[in-house]
Amino acid sequence: MAESYTTRLDDALNWARKYSLFTYPFVTACCGMEYMATAGSKYDIARFGAEFPRFSPRQADLLFVVGTITERQAPVLHRIWMQMAEPKYVIAFGVCASTGGFYQNYNTVPGCDQVVPVDVYIPGCPPRPEQVLDGLILLQKKIAEATTWVQRRDRKEVELAAQSTDGRKRLPVVA
Amino acid sequence: MSKADLDKLVAQFPQAIVSSHSNHGDDTAVVTATALKDVMRYLRDSAGFDFLVSVTAVDYFGREPRFEVVYHLRSMATGNRLRIKAPVHEEEGGPSAEVATVCDLWPTANWQEREVYDMFGIKFTDHPDLRRILMYEEFVGHPLRKDYPKEQRQPLIRRDYSLS
Amino acid sequence: MSTTTQSKTGMKKLAFGMPTPDEIASGGVHGLSTRPKVPPDLMSKLNAAELEEVEDIELPTEPMTINMGPSHPATHGTVRIVLTIDGETVRDSDVQVGYLHRCFEKEAEHATYTQVFPYTDRLNYVSPLLNNVGFALAVEKLIGIVDRLPERAQYIRVIVGEISRITDHLTCLGASAMEVGGFTPFLWMIKVREWLWELLEELTGARLTHSYVRIGGVSQDLPEHFIDKLRATLHKSTSVLTECESLLVKNRIFRDRMDGVAAISAEDAIGLGWTGPCLRSTGVPYDVRKDHPYLVYDRFEFDVPVGSVGDNYDRFAVRLEEIRQSMRILDQAMTQIPAGPVLLDDPRVAMPAKNAVYNTIESMIGHFKLIIDGIKVPAGEVYSYTEGGNGELGFYIVSDGTGRPYRCHVRSPSFIATQSMSKLILGAGIADIIPTFGMINMIGGECDR
Repeated sequence: MAESYTTRLDDALNWARKYSLFTYPFVTACCGMEYMATAGSKYDIARFGAEFPRFSPRQADLLFVVGTITERQAPVLHRIWMQMAEPKYVIAFGVCASTGGFYQNYNTVPGCDQVVPVDVYIPGCPPRPEQVLDGLILLQKKIAEATTWVQRRDRKEVELAAQSTDGRKRLPVVA
Repeated sequence: MSKADLDKLVAQFPQAIVSSHSNHGDDTAVVTATALKDVMRYLRDSAGFDFLVSVTAVDYFGREPRFEVVYHLRSMATGNRLRIKAPVHEEEGGPSAEVATVCDLWPTANWQEREVYDMFGIKFTDHPDLRRILMYEEFVGHPLRKDYPKEQRQPLIRRDYSLS
Repeated sequence: MSTTTQSKTGMKKLAFGMPTPDEIASGGVHGLSTRPKVPPDLMSKLNAAELEEVEDIELPTEPMTINMGPSHPATHGTVRIVLTIDGETVRDSDVQVGYLHRCFEKEAEHATYTQVFPYTDRLNYVSPLLNNVGFALAVEKLIGIVDRLPERAQYIRVIVGEISRITDHLTCLGASAMEVGGFTPFLWMIKVREWLWELLEELTGARLTHSYVRIGGVSQDLPEHFIDKLRATLHKSTSVLTECESLLVKNRIFRDRMDGVAAISAEDAIGLGWTGPCLRSTGVPYDVRKDHPYLVYDRFEFDVPVGSVGDNYDRFAVRLEEIRQSMRILDQAMTQIPAGPVLLDDPRVAMPAKNAVYNTIESMIGHFKLIIDGIKVPAGEVYSYTEGGNGELGFYIVSDGTGRPYRCHVRSPSFIATQSMSKLILGAGIADIIPTFGMINMIGGECDR
């Protein structure tokens, strides 16, 4: 009885969460132009409950990683993710944020999931605003189903500490 | 277009100019690294080339001298352009490549010389603030050298979340 | 401030009593302006010691070091400014770039000449086609085919380039207006940009990263009715632009934050290597399209708008006027454009027709060689320059005779302009950094490459 009650409460909470996403646009590169277009009047991201870009990570729960993440930028991104309030979600906007795209070289991070856990990847270089809205709806679906990284971590389905897969020397993490 | 300027420069510094050409309409003079500063000062003060368009370098790996620092100049009055190149040696295990800065002549050279230093490791003597500019301080090596592998990353932070 | 936008508005007064630009320039009306006006020549010459004297009357404060960026809401682009401030006054600053260094030059050394085009798109990602054209012209100059380009291709390059320039300036002005508090001009300018992008998408297949230009011409001809649609779009854009202008030019808040802020003299600007709208704001009429005409720019009539003070407002007004001049160029180009091929008919640079590739062995081999080895460019070096969105966009290419560049250096105008940020904001307030940075228009992809 009690179990079903809490499940119901979670559902209600998640329903509320998915329609009140406060985004933090971490805009670094070209994709920012399409982010502007998505936020602009024609595509109007506000229709999906993600209206207000909060430019402080403390006030945001959705991190849009918009554009290429370089090695120099990576600690900054990680720090911003750490500063965000829980529960928090991450969308990788564009191929550079997803995989590094066609920048495979000494200074680009091959995907921002090397630094922060990503819930939705939006392909495209840059993705069209329609694709971005599609990605946002996908994230809302994931939040409702409670399958985002943070929610799975709370249920102990993913490891708390991220795995380190390569044997490279690592400098101390800035947090 | 500015062939006359080039001829005048060659006549002015017969010792310092190693060679000159005008391929593709780009007038070019190759100047010894030691005389570079004098030539540049003459070009700015007496020949009217008051605009330094760009400073860059090329790594001719396996050739001697290995580097060439390239300057592009423009005269705001006449619109003439000139390219000055200075070959720079770097010996194996010896002192690193060096050339005199032109920061004091053109302030625009400041960041561009820092970029050349960052990317090629060419030192500009008497530069006021020779630090890395595009790469981070912890980075080892100079990425635009031909012997730096394209995909050799030096991560500052790496926590792989891609499998979780 | 001698830009035409101002002289046009002249001494007219709006019904609800807003001051005219001339009144604003003369030091404020109605006693509203409490901000002391620092003479522009003083702004550029102030050093820390002189500042002490100027502001000695204020309460003494301790200098403090704070970070602005790398992720700051009001800077469109990732830059970190380490500020030493005394109260609200900037005493010293260290501008750090490089957060978007994506190694364009190293990537270019590993790609064939045709494969470099997508990378050039992402240099100045607000005006990708201008970068495409700049790179193509550099390679063509090195091959020696720059005089043989088909005329229609040259006109198409001018047309797409000028559309790109309009979108570039719209984004710069709109974003800067938003950063100083005006959200409506941003929305309207993005709307116009959207119209132009739709046209470009119809032509190139992509909204932002087009990769449309090829060595020897462009990849495909204009679609049907493109010219008519462009003409209609430009017509309705003009009215939106006028509305935006009326929102900003007479706006008290906007003018207070732009007028006289970060002024610089022409000599300093030349010494710092400025080009483009920033240099023209100081009164130097240097425009590559006029001074070293490339493509068919010598056939068009257009003016080069210049400012006189070199402050943020001049940089704003020069860009606004340049949009109008680009529209003039487009107008003439649309009338003059001839019919004909859009790609040079030379098997060394142009792909053979698909039909020939499938049916003749020579064309198939030619196709294979162009794809795998790339276009063979004779050994040598070349510096080619065009007028990009932010100024002189130069490509210095060294070829060793293979299909890949041996060295490809970009002379990026915003990298060179950004280095003068420290000088511009010295002695200004913290709030002045935002419009100054917006008007320098540092574009991360181009600045850090």
